[in-house]
Amino acid sequence: MLVYPTTHSQADPSTMSTTIFSARKILTMNPSRPQATHVAVRDGRILAVGSLDELKGWGPHELDDRFADKVIMPGFVEAHAHLMAGGMWRYTYCGYFDLRDPDGRVWPGCQSLDAVVQQLSEAARRQPDGPVLGWGFDPIYFGASRVNRADLDRVSTTRAVGMLHASGHILNVNSVALQASNYLRTGMDHPGIPLGSDSLPTGELKGPDAMMPAFAAVGLDRSFLSGDEFGVRAFAKLAVRAGVTTSTDLAATLLEAELTSLLRITAEDDYPLRLVPLLRLLGGTPAQTVVRAVELGKQSTERLRLGRIKVVADGSIQGFSARMRWPGYYNGAPNGLWYTAPETIKECYTLALQHGVQVHTHTNGDEATELALDCLAGALSAVPTRDHRFNLQHCQLADAAQFRRMKSLDMCVNLFANHHFYWGDQHYNTTVGPERAERMNACATAQRSGVPFTIHSDAPVTPLGPLFTAWCAVNRLTASGRVLGENERISVADALQAITLGAAYTLRLDHEIGSIESGKRADFCVLEDDPLAVDPTALKDVRVWGTVQGGRVFQAPQPV
Amino acid sequence: MISGLTPGVTPTLVIGGYLGAGKTTLVNHLLRHAEGRRIAVMVNDFGELTIDADLIEGAEGGVLALAGGCVCCSFGSDLIGALQDVLQRRPSPDLILIETSGVALPAAVARSARLLPGLRIEGIVLMLDAETVRQRAQDAYVGDLVRQQLMEADLLILNKSELCSEAELAELNHWLKTMTVPGTPLIAASQASVPPELILGFHADQEGGKPGGTAAEVAKWAGQAIGQRPLSAAEVFVNELVSLPGPLDVGRLLESLRDPDSGVVRAKGWLTDLTGERYLLQLVGRRAELLPVSADAASPGPDRLLIIGLSGVYVRGQWMPTIESSMP
Repeated sequence: MLVYPTTHSQADPSTMSTTIFSARKILTMNPSRPQATHVAVRDGRILAVGSLDELKGWGPHELDDRFADKVIMPGFVEAHAHLMAGGMWRYTYCGYFDLRDPDGRVWPGCQSLDAVVQQLSEAARRQPDGPVLGWGFDPIYFGASRVNRADLDRVSTTRAVGMLHASGHILNVNSVALQASNYLRTGMDHPGIPLGSDSLPTGELKGPDAMMPAFAAVGLDRSFLSGDEFGVRAFAKLAVRAGVTTSTDLAATLLEAELTSLLRITAEDDYPLRLVPLLRLLGGTPAQTVVRAVELGKQSTERLRLGRIKVVADGSIQGFSARMRWPGYYNGAPNGLWYTAPETIKECYTLALQHGVQVHTHTNGDEATELALDCLAGALSAVPTRDHRFNLQHCQLADAAQFRRMKSLDMCVNLFANHHFYWGDQHYNTTVGPERAERMNACATAQRSGVPFTIHSDAPVTPLGPLFTAWCAVNRLTASGRVLGENERISVADALQAITLGAAYTLRLDHEIGSIESGKRADFCVLEDDPLAVDPTALKDVRVWGTVQGGRVFQAPQPV
Repeated sequence: MISGLTPGVTPTLVIGGYLGAGKTTLVNHLLRHAEGRRIAVMVNDFGELTIDADLIEGAEGGVLALAGGCVCCSFGSDLIGALQDVLQRRPSPDLILIETSGVALPAAVARSARLLPGLRIEGIVLMLDAETVRQRAQDAYVGDLVRQQLMEADLLILNKSELCSEAELAELNHWLKTMTVPGTPLIAASQASVPPELILGFHADQEGGKPGGTAAEVAKWAGQAIGQRPLSAAEVFVNELVSLPGPLDVGRLLESLRDPDSGVVRAKGWLTDLTGERYLLQLVGRRAELLPVSADAASPGPDRLLIIGLSGVYVRGQWMPTIESSMP
């Protein structure tokens, strides 16, 4: 049995007020009525879409022409992001590329180490005391030289300074932070803590175990990682700017305090986003986790959809912790790590199928994908289930045979299209080599195999922006300009489908959102340009005006 | 209760092993026989831990308060943070046990825990399921992981050995020797019932040289050696206290204790080397280390060695001459 949250208002439509929005063009993503000029909204839902004449039949209405020169699409659905993407804006952005913050201000990219130091020094001046923390740093664009503690000592020799890398897996710190973390001593012996010629740590801390003891010193509160009020609000602003009206948080601990906070904030009249937090299988047995997910599902509200589980099977490809099948890593690195035991995954799948709970599994390497397929095949033999829509998340290296197995097991997949742009060159040259780099995040293979799919940003690993993600899937360009896997490119129309109805389907929300048709939620993305009319290479530059979520209008803050 | 080397350095053991090997059974057994030691158990999650209800006195956040001043903390994905918290508890724990997840590499866990200056890793104890370990080591998905775990062990506990025949155990013993670092002791057990000292180290009375640290006491822990016939612990383990008459060549002593044929599986000692420097010796299976005892440390008492050895293998006479010959 599959359980859907029942949140539909049963109010009598005839007594509710109706607004008809006019638009330059409405791309409905409903193939039986793909385009229109007007959409009527009543009680937060779509009454009808079509021409003004057609909509008039619904009775008295107010005509709203504010979008008359704009293009309306279904609100975008981000099926793999983290609320932390909002919380990061507490700290100073140090990335290579320009990036807009939740309030619309553009932070210029730091294209040299000097620029990074300057950015952090300015942050230090703005706040008179306490640690200084930067994020989004990506040294692969600076050549081979590594950042060391002396570089960050230029920011301050009296205050702790830290800088998180874009991957989230490396933290650089200065001498004060090393000292405060009890790291500034000889005799350290850890693969995540490189030492300099003076036998002291260089200040680069790699991997969670090496990084975490330094978190407190650089002002990273451990609890913030699970999403805090500032982060929940900032994330929603980023979503409005990106045209997103529904986003997952993959994944959350959803302990009582976090749940209470999410329920309260998302219920506010002006909270512009539907959140879908997944409960991570960690800290409890599969049985406990499935029971908890069922209980959480019952607490779902219109803007907080609970009751799904996230399982993490392996690590990351660029961190060489993903589990790879033969022939393994291109550079000969040893195979990666299992994050969850196969027996645990299979037990979780079996129990989740029995209780109608949807499971999303993080698999990066193709061996992890194979394991998830084996586990689900076994679980389905024990609990034959229709339309379970279990998802593979990332699933970056799957080959064609694995996509065919996904199809035969009724699975969905969420591919990490943004990865090509940010790490594609690294995958080509170092991690998996040319052939397998070209098949990574194989959207066209998913399509050919008939596997329902969507694409994602994994924000804050890469920035939240479904149009950019769609651009990545359409063009498959790396940062250096290489087309990585031209035969895995998909059309603009298919990419737009993936970030709307495709994503909604993978979340079992396609009956509510993902297209503009009568009965569905009035969730729109409002665009200045027509994504089907621009050159496919310019898809990422299509301007987002804002969103309509549940019939409420949210304009993105105007660029300063 | 354990006379620590220097204040604020907490001895820590990592307990590894694949799912179902008996890590939690071992932890429960050790908590039940803490003998006054304040043990802090770090577990990946409470879900896997079925602590006997009568041991639990309270729960707060991620910490279970247990009888006798012991605590159990779940660390989820943040072991270092949880260890930092536990090291700040007052009274501080005498000993930390880190129970890893079944798919963790225990050496990586040990390496990370060593980043904290407040603790000292004594060794890695690996639990094995006698019935399934060979099959797991060949598994398509986790075989490489299980083989790596075996190579990282300092001391192996072959649990559920009662489920194997004598011939199977003999074959397993032979196979394990090819899969582990030479000199890694193998202890057969049932229900993870091993002498607590084997993991926890010696308790204060034993360290003080009072009677009790004898085979008779260990005999409470009926174990089973390689072989089908159930054996009493007295037949499996020798537990003794040796007084050392004076300065000796600690390097040579260490060498003889670490000899795979010595039968020594756990040792702790206070020694003086030929230059008059005092050391604390810690041995867990194949891992041994010497730590200088600072002059201002509380008096650790006379020079002595506490040893748990495998009965029938461990022969006192084998290494006593080493000591004697290494004295000036």
